[in-house]
Amino acid sequence: MINKTVKNAAEAVADIPSGCILMMGGFGLSGIPENCIQALLQKPISGLTIVSNNAGVDDFGIGLLLKKRMVKKMISSYVGENAEFERQLLSGELEVDLIPQGTLAERVRAGGAGIPAFFTPAGVGTEVAQGKEIREFDGKMYLMERWLRADFSIIKAWKGDTVGNLIFKGTARNFNPIMAAAGKICIAEVEELVEAGELDPNQIHTPGIYVQRIFQGVNYEKRIEQRTITP
Amino acid sequence: MLTKEQIAKRIAKEVKNGQYINLGIGIPTLVANYIPASLDVVLQSENGLLGIGPFPTADKVDPDLINAGKQTITMVPGSSLFNSAESFAMIRGGHVHLTILGAMEVSENGDIANWKIPGKMVKGMGGAMDLVASAENIIVAMQHCSKDGQSKLLPQCSLPITGIRCVKKIVSDLAVLEVSPNGGFILKERAPGVSIDEIKTKTAGKLIIEGEIPEMTFD
Repeated sequence: MINKTVKNAAEAVADIPSGCILMMGGFGLSGIPENCIQALLQKPISGLTIVSNNAGVDDFGIGLLLKKRMVKKMISSYVGENAEFERQLLSGELEVDLIPQGTLAERVRAGGAGIPAFFTPAGVGTEVAQGKEIREFDGKMYLMERWLRADFSIIKAWKGDTVGNLIFKGTARNFNPIMAAAGKICIAEVEELVEAGELDPNQIHTPGIYVQRIFQGVNYEKRIEQRTITP
Repeated sequence: MLTKEQIAKRIAKEVKNGQYINLGIGIPTLVANYIPASLDVVLQSENGLLGIGPFPTADKVDPDLINAGKQTITMVPGSSLFNSAESFAMIRGGHVHLTILGAMEVSENGDIANWKIPGKMVKGMGGAMDLVASAENIIVAMQHCSKDGQSKLLPQCSLPITGIRCVKKIVSDLAVLEVSPNGGFILKERAPGVSIDEIKTKTAGKLIIEGEIPEMTFD
């Protein structure tokens, strides 16, 4: 089996250059690659295009990369929790593509699965459809969307093994498995890294073939955006 | 006029046994509190869960378990977890029976606008465009008028739209209305104490009134 382990986040992101396209897993702050974001902050790079469902909050997650002006463009579905994002966007400092969440997910999935385009009903009749091919299938209108692929995809899993097999926990799974396949290089950080053979093959969510680098992360904060409880 | 809780309570009466349901953020989330325990339904969260349970007690809060509004939640017995592509495959594939969401505007032909105010608010559409393009039944929970008194039930949406010809029913603080396949809001029920005249005045789009319009009842 091919050993994919690297020492830590710094080693995993060492060759990520300015101006490249990154995918980053997570929904809100759940399942984001916290260690790699910290390691990217230490690098003198900028002009990044980031594909991520959300843009973090002002002082956590991708919000930290935005604050340091490392990001040229965001490709996201919802960015409502980040005031700095909104400021940079309205002032024209930041480019943004807002994409329906299901379209974003399917474009990423298609990128990893070798499907260059597909038709979806989401966005027909809206500004999302502008400039896109519209076609009728069985009496309903659909628009064509292209795949999305990245130079690097950076994801977070719960458990992983040395050959890159991954298991996720709860709703921290979200975009992580599909992004693994859509990056030329996939970097996976995990809470617990074990030897090949220790994970049950029946329980693997993401097969190691999609993962090029894996390491065990440290000091996960796992910040909660909306702490709602039953008294 | 109905409170937000009463709007949610009225919408809960639309829920049928055996449905898989997606609840949007805001009033729609409250609907879960009023679905009768006698109904077996499953709530879908588009970030990858079927089987949303109540909010956790303080000792059970798990950052790896949130809903689409990023609130901490629990799972009911029989839940399943999946990735985002799978989640929207089940939405677009028509497997989710009922979508309940909020709106800034609805037009008399069922168009909905709820994601953008040009130059002002740029938060993004999240999963709303996928949901409204796909679900067979879409119910909107909304205030009948904006804060400055303008009707939100219009001949045509003035804001960028989220989906076309998709809304089937609206429950506002004043009324329950169905969207006619031929265009127009069919008035079905009035909120307690609200007159037909008031609903007429506050509905800018075509309002269709046929026969007696009963007041809503709450159990």
